[in-house]
Amino acid sequence: MDWVNAIVQGTLLGGLYALFAAGLSLIFGVMRLVNIAHGDLIIFSAYLGLTVVMATGLHPLLALIIAVPAMAAIGYALQRGILNHTLGDDLLPPLLVTFGLSVILQNGLLEVYTADPQKMDAGVLETASFSIGDLQLGVLPVLTFGVAVAVIASLQWVFYRTAMGRAFRAVSDNQEIAQLMGLNRRHIFGLAMALALAVTAVAGILLGIRTSFDPSVGGGRLIFGFEAVIIGGLGNLWGTLAGGVILGVAQTIGAKIDPGWQILAGHIAFLIVLAIRPQGLFPRISG
Amino acid sequence: MADPLLQITGLDAHYNDFQALYGVDMHLDEGEVLAIIGSNGAGKTTLMRSISGLMTNGAAQLQYRGQPIGSLRADQVAGLGIALVPEGRQLFPSLSVEENLLIGGRLGRTGPWSLQTVFDLFPILEERRTVPSTSLSGGQQQMVAIGRALMANPVLILFDEISLGLAPVVIKSIYNALPNIVGKGMSAMIVEQDISKALSVSNRVYCLQEGRVSLEGASQGISRESISHAYFGIK
Repeated sequence: MDWVNAIVQGTLLGGLYALFAAGLSLIFGVMRLVNIAHGDLIIFSAYLGLTVVMATGLHPLLALIIAVPAMAAIGYALQRGILNHTLGDDLLPPLLVTFGLSVILQNGLLEVYTADPQKMDAGVLETASFSIGDLQLGVLPVLTFGVAVAVIASLQWVFYRTAMGRAFRAVSDNQEIAQLMGLNRRHIFGLAMALALAVTAVAGILLGIRTSFDPSVGGGRLIFGFEAVIIGGLGNLWGTLAGGVILGVAQTIGAKIDPGWQILAGHIAFLIVLAIRPQGLFPRISG
Repeated sequence: MADPLLQITGLDAHYNDFQALYGVDMHLDEGEVLAIIGSNGAGKTTLMRSISGLMTNGAAQLQYRGQPIGSLRADQVAGLGIALVPEGRQLFPSLSVEENLLIGGRLGRTGPWSLQTVFDLFPILEERRTVPSTSLSGGQQQMVAIGRALMANPVLILFDEISLGLAPVVIKSIYNALPNIVGKGMSAMIVEQDISKALSVSNRVYCLQEGRVSLEGASQGISRESISHAYFGIK
């Protein structure tokens, strides 16, 4: 039973990792940009949520109403103002610029919020649980997983059922020909980053309710996000969810064997997938 | 007489240090069909890329209805009603046939062309509307590329190497469809290797040679000798 419990808890944890990863996956899929600052943007969102909660007294989940559009606006401005200028045939400039952005974000957060760990108070939601048979499930992890599934399903719908998604795919296929269709790629990239950071805001606030955070922990979230994307297969959103779940389950099983092995077990699972199937478990599906 | 639809004046185009076009002068009147002929490397595709905005040029070198458009981006040029059927089809592989057509119509310009009229022109595309565009034959892909450009209801449509790499029977069916396309008042520029085909569908013809206009004239009655002189540079 303990093992079943570990797998179920790991699956739920995987929902959070999928949320970390969804924005990365979307950005890479549309514009081939590897965003090194993604983890720090998650932590930035958590601080943004914290600030909204402190200023307004809202419940952290209601802070999403402000944080999601705010992060989307920041994403659009960031893309149009900085990142678009780094995109081209060379992959290195966007890597370097987002690495620099990561350093700036960490130090900026350190200046404003200090290095003290922070946490958002979500009241009874944090500890509430229910049982199914012998399993005890926390309401927050179940909610997080449900949100992850809903976010992935929504992104999938946007990509494959809307005019905006068609534009994303067209620009991703061939930027030059997409311009001939009247698509301004700079604007399309801005919209993609806005969407990615809107998801990041959800991930950051759920993270901030679940655990404590400080300005230095963004790098770890970036790694988990990357691993989920690579395990699932690049460009496949449902694959990203599966990747997050595999990573989460590996971590909880590792922790079950020995508490010190939690993170290591996740990395080992990632390396095994990378060695056996470098293209990921579910490479890009079409249409 | 009114301004021509498109006036090209002293058009230069460069790829880094390489100059592909040297002071090209051309004009295209409303409703006219131009054929652009010339050997490989004469600058035909460069001319198409310059007009459609994929290459930037001096603003006044290209004038569309009296407006300078030479320095506009491709998406801005598309918004003015100039559509390009690019060399080699260049469909979007992750979009279905229907989605490729729909994205061509996303500018929302009004006119005779819609999904239904494109399907009427090329009925095979309606049968295959949901399949990925990459699973079509070359000829069917060319139909999608033409339909995608028509969906924008352009004023001017540019065809780059319309029959390159297609079977003769397919080329014939595409040329049979052309009068239905340009017959609706649309202006067109057709880049074509097959000179007799190009002459048969056009009003006037320009020949490019090494980046310069080497011949201009009415398509009917232009002599074979003058074309081969202009084509190969034989004096």
